[in-house]
Amino acid sequence: MHRFANPTRFLRIAAAVQPWVMWVTIALFGAGLYMALFTAPADYQQGESVRIMYVHVPAAWMGMFCYAAMAVASAVALIWKHPLADVAAKATAPVGAAFTFLSLATGSLWGKPMWGTWWVWDARLTSMLILLFLYVGYMALQGAFDDRARGAKASAILALVGAVNLPIIKFSVDWWNTLHQPASVIKMGGPSIHASMLWPLLLLALAYKGYYIWVLLVRMREELTANKVRILRLKQVHGG
Amino acid sequence: MQEFLSMGGYGAYVWPSYIMSAVLLVALLAASLRGLKSTEAEFDRLKAANGRQKQEQETETTDGHEA
Repeated sequence: MHRFANPTRFLRIAAAVQPWVMWVTIALFGAGLYMALFTAPADYQQGESVRIMYVHVPAAWMGMFCYAAMAVASAVALIWKHPLADVAAKATAPVGAAFTFLSLATGSLWGKPMWGTWWVWDARLTSMLILLFLYVGYMALQGAFDDRARGAKASAILALVGAVNLPIIKFSVDWWNTLHQPASVIKMGGPSIHASMLWPLLLLALAYKGYYIWVLLVRMREELTANKVRILRLKQVHGG
Repeated sequence: MQEFLSMGGYGAYVWPSYIMSAVLLVALLAASLRGLKSTEAEFDRLKAANGRQKQEQETETTDGHEA
């Protein structure tokens, strides 16, 4: 990790790695979407509406994954003051928020034909909505202070405090009486979903992860370069 | 083709899900790439200007005129 602490070195490595991440992500999306829309079978109960699962579940998984990454990066920034940790956390937030929003929206579109309702205040949906609010709060805090370092610190603390929501989301379908279905992929005893459906799901899950890494690299590069711009501006003001 | 588009009657739910996901994710990626491009251009511009400023300072004499 310390080898990447130098922003200039990180910028060089990130620029080199980015095209690879892009191509792998595109390939995963291609394969995953093909399977999801064409080769995967309809469900005997849900018919073709089950195809929503292939964009709903990866979005939900990534919404949670990104928040965990943001919380870990925030902890590293607060405790060890690693120079890139804050940058990584800040870059992750909008991506995680987009995923969380998509999981709620696609879930809604799935729920209407299947459950007969666009929304229900059950534990899973409510805790995912709270996750979205945490993301928005995090991004708002970042820009709320004149001193950028204070904004970074405040949002880092929010990220850590909000992390308690993650196990709540995960176990909500076990702890409470929920409308949302219980775990069928990541559980004791292995997945209970057929291979013809599991494959497109996993491919798209990986595609969404690749997408996150792609956007993360772009946004981190932008932030680090913006820092360099600020430093150059200061130098010019003080006469070089 | 008709069957594919109607998705067994669920087309009104399946297609918006996929399209919304695609649009939002592509838009976020595009905005991020645009931001990176413009910040890098700004950095290059400032670096060049800074370099010129340094050159001018090196050729200035003590009373402030260029040598």
